[in-house]
Amino acid sequence: MRVELLFWAGCPSYPAALGDLRAALAEAGLDPECVSVREVRTEEEARAEGFVGSPTIRIDGRDVQPAAGEPLGLTCRVYRRRDGRYSPTPDPADVRDALRAATEAPRARHEGSLA
Amino acid sequence: MIAIGERAPSFSLPDTSGAVHGPAGPGPTVVCFTCNHCPYALAWHERIVAVAGDYAPRGVRVLAINPNDAERYPLDSLEAMRARVSRGEFDGMPYLRDESQEIARAYDAKTTPDLFVLDADGVLRYRGAPDRDHDDPAQNAAWLRGALDAVLAGAAPDPAETAPVGCSIKWRP
Repeated sequence: MRVELLFWAGCPSYPAALGDLRAALAEAGLDPECVSVREVRTEEEARAEGFVGSPTIRIDGRDVQPAAGEPLGLTCRVYRRRDGRYSPTPDPADVRDALRAATEAPRARHEGSLA
Repeated sequence: MIAIGERAPSFSLPDTSGAVHGPAGPGPTVVCFTCNHCPYALAWHERIVAVAGDYAPRGVRVLAINPNDAERYPLDSLEAMRARVSRGEFDGMPYLRDESQEIARAYDAKTTPDLFVLDADGVLRYRGAPDRDHDDPAQNAAWLRGALDAVLAGAAPDPAETAPVGCSIKWRP
């Protein structure tokens, strides 16, 4: 499993997001230190990465809260918590669900191949 | 940079309908630098609107000011500001445009949000965040409310200054 956190240093939210992500990994029995943390420094890098704001968390390339039509660039990303509140970080439940989906997908494929 | 106890810069800025507002008035004024695209500003927004509604009967005005560079951040355009106002998101406080960014610079505003509480004489009495946690609505803008309660009682807010928390103001290149 590839777990990435992309951030822009102009937004102060990534340490909290990284903490939530590592807690979710530990809760799932995964190594909390497996996160690849990468800084996006320029607008060009943002475009190349498909970066819609900081922080962005991807698990096996999939965004934990996929963005629909948001512009690419160096900005703070706006998330919605499950209760509707705005937040600078994704809902921890969304992170846990994304991890669960990523860990269950290979198992489902393996079981499918045995059937 | 203005310090607590110093007179804050005056200004005249247009709101989304063109009416001009400034900090001079008979009661305390909250100058709130904010914007449309920052999750911290959005997370605290309802708490600040609630303060505007709760303290208006006591003569407090809240002026929201968007100073961000809208060329690089189109979500902070005047049109986008108008859309939020028309949706009722700024009931009880005008939403002003600091197109030149001169007022944000004069106040040495750092983030959205960044709050400045002025007493009736225009003297800065509190500067900083609305409360200690953008992620906890139960905080209810406690630092801002405490500052206003103190100013209305003729006392010094405690704390008088907290670190502003949010997205950096998007200055023009």
